[in-house]
Amino acid sequence: MNAHLHLWLVPILPFAGFLVNGLLGRRLPKALVSAVALGFPLASLLVVARAALIFFSLKPQPVPWLITYGSWIGAGPLHLDFALYLDQLSLLMLGIITGVGFLIHLYSVGYMAHEDGYWRYFSYLNLFLFFMTVLVLAENYLLMFVGWEGVGLASYLLIGFYYEKKSAANAGKKAFVVNRIGDFGFLLGMFLLLSQFGSLSFYKIGANLTANPALQGGVLTAIALCLVVGACGKSAQIPLYVWLPDAMEGPTPVSALIHAATMVTAGVYMISRTHGIFDRSPLALSVVAIIGAATALFAATIALVQTDIKRVLAYSTISQLGYMFLGCGVAAYSAAVFHLMTHAFFKALLFLAAGSVIHGLNGEQDMRKMGGLWKKLPVTFITMTAGVIAIAGIWPFAGFFSKDAILYEAFQHGSLGKLLYVVGLATALLTSFYMFRLWYLTFLGESRATPAEDHGASVHAHSNTKLVLEAEHTHAVHESPGSMLTPLVILAILSICGGWIGIERFGAYLAPVVGPVIDPALQAGGKSLDFTLSFVAVAVALLGLLIAHFLYFRKNDRAAKLAAAISGPYSLLVHKYWIDELYQNVIVTPLTLGSRYILGWLGEGVIIRGSTWLLGGIATLLGELLRRWQSGNLRSYSAWLAAGAAALILFAVVGAVLGVGGTELRMVWVGH
Amino acid sequence: MHLILFLIFAAFCLGGAVNLLLQTHPINSALSLIVVMSSLAVLYLLLGAEFLAIAQIIVYAGAVMVLFTFVVMLLNVGEEERTHGSKVAKIVGFPAVFAFLSVVTTVVLEAQRHLGAIKLADAMTTMRELSTVLFTDMLLPFELTSVLILIAILGAVALARKEGHS
Amino acid sequence: MQSSLWNDIPSSWYLILSALLFSLGVIGFLIKRTLITVFMSIELMLNAVNLSFVTFAHDWHQVKGQIFVFFVMMVAAAEAAVGLAIIISIFRSRATLNVDQIDLMKL
Repeated sequence: MNAHLHLWLVPILPFAGFLVNGLLGRRLPKALVSAVALGFPLASLLVVARAALIFFSLKPQPVPWLITYGSWIGAGPLHLDFALYLDQLSLLMLGIITGVGFLIHLYSVGYMAHEDGYWRYFSYLNLFLFFMTVLVLAENYLLMFVGWEGVGLASYLLIGFYYEKKSAANAGKKAFVVNRIGDFGFLLGMFLLLSQFGSLSFYKIGANLTANPALQGGVLTAIALCLVVGACGKSAQIPLYVWLPDAMEGPTPVSALIHAATMVTAGVYMISRTHGIFDRSPLALSVVAIIGAATALFAATIALVQTDIKRVLAYSTISQLGYMFLGCGVAAYSAAVFHLMTHAFFKALLFLAAGSVIHGLNGEQDMRKMGGLWKKLPVTFITMTAGVIAIAGIWPFAGFFSKDAILYEAFQHGSLGKLLYVVGLATALLTSFYMFRLWYLTFLGESRATPAEDHGASVHAHSNTKLVLEAEHTHAVHESPGSMLTPLVILAILSICGGWIGIERFGAYLAPVVGPVIDPALQAGGKSLDFTLSFVAVAVALLGLLIAHFLYFRKNDRAAKLAAAISGPYSLLVHKYWIDELYQNVIVTPLTLGSRYILGWLGEGVIIRGSTWLLGGIATLLGELLRRWQSGNLRSYSAWLAAGAAALILFAVVGAVLGVGGTELRMVWVGH
Repeated sequence: MHLILFLIFAAFCLGGAVNLLLQTHPINSALSLIVVMSSLAVLYLLLGAEFLAIAQIIVYAGAVMVLFTFVVMLLNVGEEERTHGSKVAKIVGFPAVFAFLSVVTTVVLEAQRHLGAIKLADAMTTMRELSTVLFTDMLLPFELTSVLILIAILGAVALARKEGHS
Repeated sequence: MQSSLWNDIPSSWYLILSALLFSLGVIGFLIKRTLITVFMSIELMLNAVNLSFVTFAHDWHQVKGQIFVFFVMMVAAAEAAVGLAIIISIFRSRATLNVDQIDLMKL
């Protein structure tokens, strides 16, 4: 049965797409490149769909499927296999990755149509799909780490897609380096796991844990904290979030796929997978919850004042990931994964719609220059509205159900949980506010665009590999082509109904993997508490909408006056709490100077040049000395001769007298 | 008697040798060397080598040193100049000589009890004994020596003649 | 019987004398600056060794020791002849017999 799933196809098909487009894409016609780029992920999606059908058709639900493709490392007691592992959680993740991924591929066909590196873009995107599916399907931590690193690589390649633009190249480097720091934590966690359990396989570790119920805290806390460092790097939490806003240098579909829906959720996935260890370490769970809540609030405050549409969405992503971490931290893994799913829908939708806006405005990303687009981009407007309402958490859109579940679970989690609940609620207010601010600034009111953006020969600025003045590409603000609108519509529908499955059914689905979800009906306060909290959440969201309406509906200067009134904190927010500058001065610059000093002066200068100088010097010196010895002077030659002869005699005689050197002095009496 | 003779002629040897070192004009050094040779001849006699004593006088003092004196006078070699030559010679050489001398002296003194003593009453080595061994056991080296001397004559003539002669 | 020293000179005295003469010859070789004088020091060294040979020949009652001295004398004579011829030719080409100034192999 297992073999019929052909799970290996799920990663391999996108990899094949990567190879074809990467090696041959430059020479193939664009239509063929598109066909390859869309065909392979679609095939992968179909394999996943089939696997899902088989999965659900079997009752009772079968145990997780483990398919081994051969041994990988067999070194002493350490055994690792190339093994794929399908259970409810990985099936769900696969569905999101291949489904949303395919939609974004479709969108990219329209969005990147005028790019030079079209083939390169799609090969990288397929490569990303390959690594992400490996990450999710892996049966052991090491194979997951392969996927983990691989998506980091794909992210670097895609962020720096416009490699000729210096800011894009730097952003790619920054993402990779910051991720590397997180990966260091992941590696430490793996080493600890290995030393503690002797294996990196989820299955074996899980079995070991159930067999030792007394194993708590201590090493497990250390393992959990190390893994959290890794998750912080990948999921952009404090203190390793700084790469995500800069990652917006990449093309917008990339931001949608990688930095909203899939890659950044890898950290949450990893924590959910490792829930067995986290459950045994309350300290680690608290750390995760605090990091999550703090990040959520922190990022939301920065998003309040951003003017670039993509930056707002980036900080929003960081904030929502904070929610997921909060959910994990209160041991409500199902709620966190639920939010992961709904977030994938509406965040991808928001990014793609923003991309549609940018495309329609020929590259403009500054919200202060937008406005009045609801007439000119109707489909985009409607779909984006759905996304905004969803993220604000207003019933009955998807975001409400998942966010509400997390906040409820947090509230139930003791006094720390209640504090975090308040933080989460405040964040929800801010989220609603800045999302509706974005909505108002972008779509409503009068157009603030300068005539150059509106029509005419404009610089096709979102193609940054070349700055081309395309005279014939003059068009007014226009709606996007069908290839871009279709995914928007699909995602909008999902954003509306994605949450209707409800946390109870969702929790029941994931229960075999992450443990049972707390049933509100059985809790103290029961259903009434649940209803109260939901009501509060929706009220808060509507309050945010009202504030945004007050400040931004119709052109007024209330927002500007408010900004002037709180100019101190406002400046702090606009400069993102000066964190980037802090990191630069405290960490990056000393490191650069230090390595320049050590590698440059010490390493290259002293050691390498110094040693070669020394060797050369010694040779020259010896030569000088020996040259003087051969002077041609008879007397000095004779002196050295005498010295040598005396030395020989000394050696022979003294040696004989002392009995060393094997010389002997014997008096031989020969004679008559 | 033996002692007095030994001491006198040993003193002559050493004195002549030291004088050879101290004199600046080569002719004086040559004359000192003749003194040394002659004293050595007497010492040979004391040691019972009558033939060698005579041969020393005839060959060394009478022929070789005369040759030296001829060359000194022929070349009109003047007094030695004080040139700055090699300091190494003194720095390295003197310790070496000193070391050599001390080693040999020590060894010889150590071995004194094994060596005998020289008496005046010891028998001389007669000509008969010497020539018996020379012309029977040592015949080949003897003949070779004469060839050697022939070659030396030829070499000396070839080296010393003036340029331009064929 | 007379005191042993009056009539019996230990062989070691002759040998020490020989060593002294040899050392003086080496010193002369090192400090003398005229080529001919250097050559004379060489002759002195040879003679010192001759003395040593004769002493041992007497000690061990070997005639061969004396014959060796005989050969040394012959060779020294031949050597003196050739050496002096060389000195003459050097003098002819360089007009000096100062050891320190004859430091090139090319004539």
